[in-house]
Amino acid sequence: MLYLDKVSYTYSPGTAMAMPALHEVSLEIPDGQFIGIIGHTGSGKSTLIQHLNGLVKPTGGVIYYNGRDIWDEDFSRKELRTKVGLVFQYPEHQLFETTVVKDVEFGPRNMKLENLEVQLRTFEALKTVGISDELYDASPFDLSGGQKRRVAIAGVLAMKPEVLVLDEPTAGLDPAGRDEILEAIFRIKRERNITVILVSHSMEDVARFVDRIIVMEHGSVKYDGSPKEVFRNYKELEEIGLAAPDVTYLTAMLRERGVGLPDVATTVEEAADMIERYCKH
Amino acid sequence: MLRDITIGQYYPSGSVLHRLDPRVKLFWTLLYIVSMFVFNTFLGYVVAGVTLIVLIKISRVPFKFMVKGLKAVWMLLIFTLVLNLFMTSGEVIWQWKFLKLTREGIRTAVFMGLRLFFLIIGSSLMTLTTTPNQLTDGLETGLRGLKKIKVPVHELAMMMSIALRFIPILLEETDKIMKAQAARGADFDEGKFKDRVKALVPIFVPLFVSAFRRANDLAMAMEARCYRGDVNRTRMNPLKYKQIDRIAYLLQFVYLAVLICADKLLAPLLTKVLPML
Ligand SMILES: Nc1ncnc2c1ncn2[C@@H]1O[C@H](COP(=O)(O)OP(=O)(O)O)[C@@H](O)[C@H]1O
Ligand SMILES: [Mg+2]
Repeated sequence: MLYLDKVSYTYSPGTAMAMPALHEVSLEIPDGQFIGIIGHTGSGKSTLIQHLNGLVKPTGGVIYYNGRDIWDEDFSRKELRTKVGLVFQYPEHQLFETTVVKDVEFGPRNMKLENLEVQLRTFEALKTVGISDELYDASPFDLSGGQKRRVAIAGVLAMKPEVLVLDEPTAGLDPAGRDEILEAIFRIKRERNITVILVSHSMEDVARFVDRIIVMEHGSVKYDGSPKEVFRNYKELEEIGLAAPDVTYLTAMLRERGVGLPDVATTVEEAADMIERYCKH
Repeated sequence: MLRDITIGQYYPSGSVLHRLDPRVKLFWTLLYIVSMFVFNTFLGYVVAGVTLIVLIKISRVPFKFMVKGLKAVWMLLIFTLVLNLFMTSGEVIWQWKFLKLTREGIRTAVFMGLRLFFLIIGSSLMTLTTTPNQLTDGLETGLRGLKKIKVPVHELAMMMSIALRFIPILLEETDKIMKAQAARGADFDEGKFKDRVKALVPIFVPLFVSAFRRANDLAMAMEARCYRGDVNRTRMNPLKYKQIDRIAYLLQFVYLAVLICADKLLAPLLTKVLPML
């Protein structure tokens, strides 16, 4: 479990370039949750998630992992990084090895695991992200954009993290590549049942899979709750440049026009259900 | 940690110096550097030093910030000091085996150190108050005359501005890649020398790949906008001297005049009164 207590962060503090990026963010992230973080560009999403595995040190506040302050003297942040796996935005830019397998092995090898274990984890991870075995010995630089990204995700997955954090994993991909990535993420969530934190600037396509949505604005948490709770504020979300799923607008519009739906819907199935029930009455 | 490198960095504090025409600042810097070599009396150092302090105050760049960027040149400074301390012949005041400390040695070392210090701070003051773009603009416009003798001024300036523009981008990229590899358990500051060199591979390969990708993208983008050197090229904001720039030019000559007067006229007079200087 991760717990953030009033975490603040300022880039280059004490200079003319000082840039406050996070302001007293408090969050509780229990095990096994599927969380979406949304927010406009520059709202502090990337900065926030880099705190989760101790890559940046907060300029204020404390972060606890399983009850321990991760910036304690004797807390191993190197180990934390294997427990909280962080996939950066455009992770394919970090590939460097000569073959796909070798690149995925980088993480587990850094953990000083036995050879067999390393190989096992590597193949498992590659299989989960849907990279077929004829690509194992290919150069990562010869793959397509979507494949590269899945290899990079496998590189983090092979460390068997308890929490997997992905920063805008679908950015810059074509619809097919995007679907493959999202499928891989859902498969990870299903197979491993770990905590997954998905960062995105739009949440329409994942709204129905996540348990919880956190909305960031100007370095603070603006909303935090189930998709339904969050998207109920679709008007306010629009003001900060975020969109709710289309069905939310549709059901909201119906309610405005006097159709007695009990609430706004966040998924198509839910909306269909509501409307059906309304029609029967 | 990479962000600690401040040489050549721009510090936006919006002072008068920031608003000066880059040509003025380039000329100022050149003149200041040259002036370092025309004086050799105590009074000369006072004039040069005071001028620098005033300029730093006007620039509103914290002195601490400037000095922080000097880490890389500290070694050079100390090396010069030591070399001058022990290699100058003259009146010996302390000796240990072959090491001789002379009165002249101390004098040269202190003055040489000061001179270097002025030089470095003086030129970083220019880069701190001038964006890379302004700087190359200034160079290109200032050296326009050289085109007549077939010096590719525009091309050189364009290359320089691209290089300067890419420094922060590559630093940022390095920072990001290091973080990304650290997230995969990479360790950069532990282990034996061999391990540390090996740990650089996961940084440098992605860095080179990204540098080539960016260069390629940029070339493509320039081509797409029909870039073909400065043939018929016009500027959106051509450099134009303002009143304040003329004043700044004038002040440069005032500085030079004061320096030479102090050094050549006042100092000999003063030495007569206070011989130890
Ligand atoms: N390395 C950095 N140095 C200085 N400022 C930064 C850096 N990275 C991000 N910022 C600033 O911090 C704020 C939050 O950025 P970020 O966390 O990247 O937002 P997001 O991921 O939501 O787009 C932005 O205003 C951004 O300009
Ligand atoms: Mg981001």
